[in-house]
Amino acid sequence: MATDTKTLLFKPIVAENPITLQILGICSALAVTTSLRVTIVMCVALTLVVAFSNFFISMVRNYMPSSIRIIIQMAIISTLVIAVDQLLQAFAYETSKQLSVFVGLIITNCIVMGRAEAFAMKNPPVPSFWDGIGNGLGYSTVLLILGSVRELFGSGSLFGIEILPLVSNGGWYQANGLMLLAPSAFFIIGFLIWIVRSKRVDQVEKSEFKLAAHTTQEVAH
Amino acid sequence: MEHYLSLAVRAVFVENMALQMFLGMCTFIAVSKKVETAVGLGVAVTAVQIITVPLNNLLFAYLLKDGALAWMGFPDLDLSFLGFICYIGVIAAVVQVLEMFLDKYMPALYNALGVFLPLIAVNCAIMGASLFMVERNYTFSESLVYGTGAGVGWALAITAMAGIREKLKYSDVPQGLRGMGITFITTGLMSLGFMSFSGLSL
Repeated sequence: MATDTKTLLFKPIVAENPITLQILGICSALAVTTSLRVTIVMCVALTLVVAFSNFFISMVRNYMPSSIRIIIQMAIISTLVIAVDQLLQAFAYETSKQLSVFVGLIITNCIVMGRAEAFAMKNPPVPSFWDGIGNGLGYSTVLLILGSVRELFGSGSLFGIEILPLVSNGGWYQANGLMLLAPSAFFIIGFLIWIVRSKRVDQVEKSEFKLAAHTTQEVAH
Repeated sequence: MEHYLSLAVRAVFVENMALQMFLGMCTFIAVSKKVETAVGLGVAVTAVQIITVPLNNLLFAYLLKDGALAWMGFPDLDLSFLGFICYIGVIAAVVQVLEMFLDKYMPALYNALGVFLPLIAVNCAIMGASLFMVERNYTFSESLVYGTGAGVGWALAITAMAGIREKLKYSDVPQGLRGMGITFITTGLMSLGFMSFSGLSL
C-alpha cells in the first residue's frame, strides 16, 4: 500500500506529468505565471480541487449512470471551485482579483475532468485522492518553474523581492518585458518539454514521415 | 455602432482567445493537426459562443446579480456566487441541445462536427468568454458582439495553426521537440505576431 501511494503521488511529477506529457491544463499554466505569488495560490487551489473532486467522484462512481456522468462530475467540480473561489475572495482578495477568471476556469481545466474520467471512475476514494494530489503536484512543478523564470527575468524579482537589481532602480539588470507577455510562456513551456524529453527519450513522439536520405550526389555520378 | 465594431475587433484580434488569453489551449493543441477538422471545430465553437455568452448574460442580469431578483420580490438577494455552476450548466445544456438540433435538421453538418461537439462543453474558451463577460459588465448586445468576436478569433487562430502544422510534419524537427514542443514554440511565434494588433482600436 505504501509503495502504491508513493507511485500515485510521485509518478505524475516527471514520468507522467499532466502538462508536458498529457497536454492537459495548459490554459491556466500559461496565464497565471507572471508572478510567483499568484502562481502558488493557483497551484494550491488546483491541487485541492483535483484531489477532492477525485475523492468525491470516486465515492459516487458506482451509483451514477454512465449516460449522465459528465454532468454529475461537472456539478461536483463546480461546487468545489465555488468553495475555493469564495475562500479566496474572503481571505486573499487581492490575489483573487489578479487571478480574475482563472479560478472559475479550474472547472474546465482538463486535468480535473481528465483525472476524474481516467482514474476516479475506476478506483476507490483514497487512491483517487492521492492520484489527485500527485497530479496537482505535477502541475504545480511546471507552473513553479514557469513562474520563477518569468518573474525573475521579467521583473527581476521572486515573490516580489528584488533579486536582480533593475536599471530603473539604479542596478544593472535591464528587465525583459517579453517575459511578462503571452509569447514567452509558450516558448518556455516548449523548451521545458524539450529538456524533459531529451532526458526521457521514451516520451519522444514518433514522426509521421521519415525523411528520405540525401541522394542527389549519387544520381550525379 | 462604432462601439460595437471596436469591441468586435478587440475580441477577434487584440484579445484573441487562444493566442493572447491562453484559453481553449488543450483543444487548440490537440485538434490542430488537420485544417479540415480545425475549421469544423472553429465553426462549432463560434456557434456555441454566439448562443451561450448572451444567454449567460441574461441569466446573470435577471437572476444572479446583486438585487437582480427584485422583480420577484427579493431585492436584497445576491446569488452571484452561484455563477460558475450556472454558466457551466448553460454551456453543457446548449451543447447538448445543439447536438440534437443538428442531428435532426442538419445531418451533414452534424456528421462533420459530431466528434467535437461534446468536447466543446469543457473548452475553456467558452467558459472564459462567459466569465469575462460577467467581469466586464457587458450589456446584452455587447455580450452578443463579444461572444461572436471571441469565437471567430479562436476559430481563426486554430485554422492558422492547423495550416502551419500540416506543413510542419514534413520538416526535420529535433527529436525532443517533435510534436508538442515545436507546436508550443510555433504558437508562441504566432502570438508574437498577434501582439502587433495590440495598439489597434477603432
